[in-house]
Amino acid sequence: MAKKLMKGCEAIGEAAIKAGCRLFFGYPITPQNEIPEYMSARLPQVGGTFVQAESEVAAINMLYGAAGAGCRVMTSSSSPGISLMQEGISYIAGSELPVVIVNIMRGGPGLGGILPSQSDYFQATKGGGHGDYRCFVLAPSSVQEAADLMIDAFDLADKYRNPVLVLGDGLIGQMMEPVEFKSEIAPDDLPAKPWATTGCKERKPNIINSLYLAGEQLEQHNWHLNRKYESMKQDVRFELYNAEGGCDVLIVAYGTVARIAKTSIEDLKAKGIKAGIFRPITLYPFPGEALAKAAAGAKAGVLVSELSCGQMLEDVQFHLKDRGRISFYGRVGGMVMAPEELVDQVTKIAGA
Amino acid sequence: MHNEIILAGFGGQGVLLIGKLLAYAGMKEGHQVTWMPAYGPEMRGGTCNCTVVISDKPIGAPITNSPHGLIVLNLPSLDKFEAKVRPGGVIVINTTLVTRMPQRSDVIAVPLACNDIAQEAGAAKAANMVALGAFVGATGIVDVKLMDEVLVDSLQARPKLIPINQAAFKRGYEVGVKYAPAAAAR
Repeated sequence: MAKKLMKGCEAIGEAAIKAGCRLFFGYPITPQNEIPEYMSARLPQVGGTFVQAESEVAAINMLYGAAGAGCRVMTSSSSPGISLMQEGISYIAGSELPVVIVNIMRGGPGLGGILPSQSDYFQATKGGGHGDYRCFVLAPSSVQEAADLMIDAFDLADKYRNPVLVLGDGLIGQMMEPVEFKSEIAPDDLPAKPWATTGCKERKPNIINSLYLAGEQLEQHNWHLNRKYESMKQDVRFELYNAEGGCDVLIVAYGTVARIAKTSIEDLKAKGIKAGIFRPITLYPFPGEALAKAAAGAKAGVLVSELSCGQMLEDVQFHLKDRGRISFYGRVGGMVMAPEELVDQVTKIAGA
Repeated sequence: MHNEIILAGFGGQGVLLIGKLLAYAGMKEGHQVTWMPAYGPEMRGGTCNCTVVISDKPIGAPITNSPHGLIVLNLPSLDKFEAKVRPGGVIVINTTLVTRMPQRSDVIAVPLACNDIAQEAGAAKAANMVALGAFVGATGIVDVKLMDEVLVDSLQARPKLIPINQAAFKRGYEVGVKYAPAAAAR
């Protein structure tokens, strides 16, 4: 198929359809309105259903129901809307249902602004709602990758029977880039879900629930979930860029910031400084071991850069023993760093 | 080849559209491209801009503080972006609405009355196409025949508008090419 020029949001919508998703429930919020807009036009064409719910709380509970019935289903929102969904996400995690949730992050806290941000990292990777649970979190850095990861997100959700969060920001959502859809699966060809509540004629009823009143049972369930989250490490993903054979400074960044850093690296080359990039693609599970290996090859130090006051920074600090080697540079409030700002930071660390 | 271009004007002047056409043509020519609209608070104030990057290499930052080229359809846009353009960069200025020339002497200014020229070509609304034509003419950033194909392609839903937009683009292009030697020598 030929490449098409698409907005990140539109590519995410089309990728979901290519992944066999035929149900979208959501509520509008900038800067991700192009996803529901696209789905509202596209889903009826492929026999799907689009519902604009009365609120984010309603939308996430529609996901709960549809996922319980064994359907591939998604929603999308932006930071404040994702906050409203947290209770539902916790129930979905507790009930072990596969859903895909897209968060095109904007600045917060509160209503914040509508410009790009990465300040929902904690919420995305550490649970978000109540209870001891995790979402699988994917962070695309381009429109093509947003489309590719969207398709993978549905497979990962099914594999782990767990919510998968695709974490982008306003820049990834609003930007247009060429995109190609490499695969397509029809809903009828998807693997069977024998646990789903599809009608129990001639079999025992399936029950989907997150209620365990007996402490012993809930404890067992919690440890079962915990083992599942641990097992997600087999699907950890990252990109190591320009760091073969070591580098002067290793930049650790994901999503939008990682691609800005790629421009900085070219400018740094001209100054005789070799900067590498370690880009986590899965934010949970976090590629900590790979990061530690890559950081060992950075002669002058490690620069963590984010569109937050330092959230992923804490995971990097956890995995790298020598904290003295870690520097941080963040822009917040919707402001996005220019490549030159990272050039300055790296130059300082390199001592050049 | 690596080009970063900012296109700016009032909302409704079609700067996002000509940015898309430019990116689309760049993609058809086999380059890497990004198109990034400013969707934030400045858009709420009535002004509008987007950044297009066309490159031979994978594109990192889709936004820029130092564009190689600038198209401004109104005065606030020139005020905002003039200082950012790289030395030797091309600035297409819509003199129908912009009452001054750039204050810098190290850029190549391509002034033309886009709205007036578009009116002569059939519709004042096609002022954006005049500006795009001038930019393509001065910079040769994409093949002009390919640009025409893209233009026709994008107007398939409203075929009546094709000849007017083609004429507007051509009029702009003819002005732009006069600046091509200066732009090439930068």
